[in-house]
Amino acid sequence: MKAGRGGRGGRRIQEVLLHLALLAGAVATLVPMVWMVSASLMPTGQANSYPPRFFPSHITFEHYAELFTHLSLGRYIFNSTLVAVSATLCSLLFNSMAGYALAKLHFRGRGPVYRILLAGLVVPAQVTMLPLFLLLRAMGLVNTYVGAIVPAMATIFGIFLIRQYALSIPDDLLDAARLDGASEFRVYWSVVLPTMRPVLATLAIFTFLSTWNDFLWPLVVLSNDARYTLPVALANLVGEHAQDTELMMAGSVLTVLPVVVLFMLLQRHYVEGIMAGSAKG
Amino acid sequence: MTAALKSLPLLLALTACHSASAAGKDTDIEFWAFGREGEVLQTLMPEFEREHPGVHVRVQQIPWTAAHEKLLTAYVGNAMPDLAQLGNTWIPEFVALNALLPLDSLDSSSPDVSESSFFPGIWRTNLVTGRLYGIPWYVDTRLLFYRKDLLAQAGYPQPPITWAQWRDAMRAVKARGGSGRYAIFAPFNEWNVPVILGLQAGSPLLKDDGRYGAFGEPPFRRAFDLYLDWYRSGVAPVLGINDVGNIYQEFERGTYAMWITGPWNIGEFRRRLPREMQDKWGTAPLPGPEGAASGVSMAGGSSVVLFRRSHHHAVAWQLAEYLARPEQQLRFYRLTGDLPARTEAWRDSALAADPAAHAFWEQLQRVVPLPQVPEWELIATRVFDYAEQAVRGGMSTDTALARLDREVDQILARRRWLLSRAGTR
Amino acid sequence: MNDARTARAGWLFVAPALTLIGVFFFLPVVASLVLSLTNFDIYAVADPRNAQLVGLRNYRDLVNAPLFWTALRNTFYFVLVGAPLSVVAALGAALLVNAKLTRFKGFFRTAYFAPYVTTIVAIAIVWKYLYHPRYGLLNAVLGTVGIGPIDWLGDARWAMPAIILLAVWRNFGYNMLIFVAGLQRIPAQLYEAAELDGAGWWARFRHITLPQLAPTFLFVGIITAIGYFQLFPEPYVMTQGGPLKSTLSMVLYMYEEGFRWWRLGSAAAIAFVLFAVILVFTLVQVKIQREEP
Repeated sequence: MKAGRGGRGGRRIQEVLLHLALLAGAVATLVPMVWMVSASLMPTGQANSYPPRFFPSHITFEHYAELFTHLSLGRYIFNSTLVAVSATLCSLLFNSMAGYALAKLHFRGRGPVYRILLAGLVVPAQVTMLPLFLLLRAMGLVNTYVGAIVPAMATIFGIFLIRQYALSIPDDLLDAARLDGASEFRVYWSVVLPTMRPVLATLAIFTFLSTWNDFLWPLVVLSNDARYTLPVALANLVGEHAQDTELMMAGSVLTVLPVVVLFMLLQRHYVEGIMAGSAKG
Repeated sequence: MTAALKSLPLLLALTACHSASAAGKDTDIEFWAFGREGEVLQTLMPEFEREHPGVHVRVQQIPWTAAHEKLLTAYVGNAMPDLAQLGNTWIPEFVALNALLPLDSLDSSSPDVSESSFFPGIWRTNLVTGRLYGIPWYVDTRLLFYRKDLLAQAGYPQPPITWAQWRDAMRAVKARGGSGRYAIFAPFNEWNVPVILGLQAGSPLLKDDGRYGAFGEPPFRRAFDLYLDWYRSGVAPVLGINDVGNIYQEFERGTYAMWITGPWNIGEFRRRLPREMQDKWGTAPLPGPEGAASGVSMAGGSSVVLFRRSHHHAVAWQLAEYLARPEQQLRFYRLTGDLPARTEAWRDSALAADPAAHAFWEQLQRVVPLPQVPEWELIATRVFDYAEQAVRGGMSTDTALARLDREVDQILARRRWLLSRAGTR
Repeated sequence: MNDARTARAGWLFVAPALTLIGVFFFLPVVASLVLSLTNFDIYAVADPRNAQLVGLRNYRDLVNAPLFWTALRNTFYFVLVGAPLSVVAALGAALLVNAKLTRFKGFFRTAYFAPYVTTIVAIAIVWKYLYHPRYGLLNAVLGTVGIGPIDWLGDARWAMPAIILLAVWRNFGYNMLIFVAGLQRIPAQLYEAAELDGAGWWARFRHITLPQLAPTFLFVGIITAIGYFQLFPEPYVMTQGGPLKSTLSMVLYMYEEGFRWWRLGSAAAIAFVLFAVILVFTLVQVKIQREEP
């Protein structure tokens, strides 16, 4: 698309300019995160110096130590992990069953169910939060892990993601299994799920990421700091330690690092999922 | 992927197990504390736990900015602790919610804790419709922290006593300091200062037993104009509390010569300012419109309260008593700089001889409680919203105060309805 | 095949998710509507007898509340400036990353996308320090080209732009991926044919790329706008809605009314107004873009 007009010389220049632009963009995009890591390793007070420094004069891990010893960050990491993993497992199970059923199993009322769910997509989650809180209170689930994962256990988005993919499963595959005498659940478990591995991977990553990063709901439902997830703990920390820039940066690094690493390792699935999802236009 | 799904039941079981409370012979009680007090409180607990074997106190620390909403959220969510530190302006609110345990019966059987042991103005803030709902823990009022040397250099060896002197002193300091330096640090997103000035000018803040706002009336208007004048004349910078970076560094550098703040900063100043600065700062009671007697301040502070829904009233009360002991009050003072509510503790040599604390002793004789309405916290927020509009947004005093009154009236509508309903029952 | 069997299985499979969504999503939505018609507040939590049905009074009070209009205005400002910026930046990045001459596509794609996966609270805290008027990197960089120190989060004129910049930085990578997918779906023959006709780069872009991407533009525009209408963590963490309430978003306003002051009727009304705004905006956007020639 960008094939130049000026022959090989012009092409070279275009290539160089192109890569310069890309590089400039990448630098601008990554600078905040690099600074975050750099500042977390600075000795106390150095991040608040004038003129501002980019690199530490010498590297120290004291802030990370402080987070784990005095500020119980280990517990918050555990909480976040527990909540994110539980939500992901639930989401995989419930959404895949429902998505598959909506795509491949004909039952009366399937159409209306699909349309109701579609309508639900338009409603922003915040509309539900207050009554949901009151509901969980009545159920005794406030300030529990279960309460924290409730909104993520089954989602309309997840169902539709699965459904979209499941539509492309050839019916012959399913019928063959049925002819062999398999029950519907066996068909689902042994035939459909393995076929859906790519979209399940995508859904898992989506759910894990969004639950790990979720802020408003855990902020509302978790009142005891023993149960805080990382974003809530971090917001709590910044309320008390706003002056301690380096400490806050270390906290941010620890919050962001797991998901960035996860993303790096699994980006193929995640990216494919996003790009495929947009195909429906 | 399928293997992961198969582990789901196990994981759900683990989650349920973890959520269940650990039942045991020991008693666990939970205490919520805020800010610096929260950080320090845990160090006082081992001695209490030694005196009461089998009792374990868990202190949860919450920043002040989130404290009020976390308490309310916990109330609605049925997830309250056993005890908490409660700012005494919040006591009416939690009493209205029926969240606090009345302490009269517990208190009458306790010889150690009685009304006469505490500052009268402070004790009164714990009484709602005649019943006791909290034990005063530490007192808070706001007065002047200032740089003695900068004030002396500007021609004021003694701190100002009247509003007129105050204004002149600040102008002199500003003139000497030049650009980039100010006479007073008064963040516009704190409601204490305009409210205190209002109290000094004789404003009741709310009228008709807390049914309507009185911010547009002459006394408050006079105080508000004085307050705005600080910013307009340049003696105070137009900054919020979060904008200043490190206020202690700035105080040390002489960027500000005065700051209206509270007793916890005695400890902070001693901790954060270098040794050579320690004889350069001091505290003084607030100047008043007509002189020392009118220089009142607000009767603030925190109490220890017990929540109704707790299952451990007896143990929680013992902890409240423990914190009210003069020795514990003094220990707490030494750790935080927070001033004891127990008058007996003030006779301690360390406190009596502390020059910085002496100004607080004086000021505490002249404190006025804030309106005891449950909506106070929200009203206070609106006060500084409009102060900000007037200071930074160019809104005129008349408009700001008129709108403030209108909003306050609307906020109090529920209270009026409830009061009228109670009246007809 | 065995229709009865598959039908029964269908319901059984759908049941768990449907129950969860029904109880924990749709039910609260209905409850929210009902709440918005009452004056349920903290007094009512204490004693339910204190709650009354008040019809549309909450909505009327909102219309009379200056803060409501401020929040609405701020949110629209954020969406109408931020969404186009995000879309344009995403398109630019997509064009660059997808270009034939580009090497290390994977690296650049990852670099541009990385901000999207970060935890918003953590990143908002980082940017809060980057925006510091004295010690922040941004002003240091601007200072080298002579632009004076700007009080990004303290100045009512710059606070929302500062948050917009953060939001665009954070999510343009996501939109970029969608654009890349869209670009890759454009048949190469169209470009080849145009080149043979002698069309230059700009002409090819205007007459092939843009029209082919029209559905993608619509999709990206809608999801970005819907996301941006729900602005909350950035102002909550960085500015608490200030300065001068210039960064008070609708969701932040709802949070304060609901979870800070427990005026639940009022908060539910705000949530529904937001819902209506998003719905109308989406429908309008769809209508406009579909009608474009």
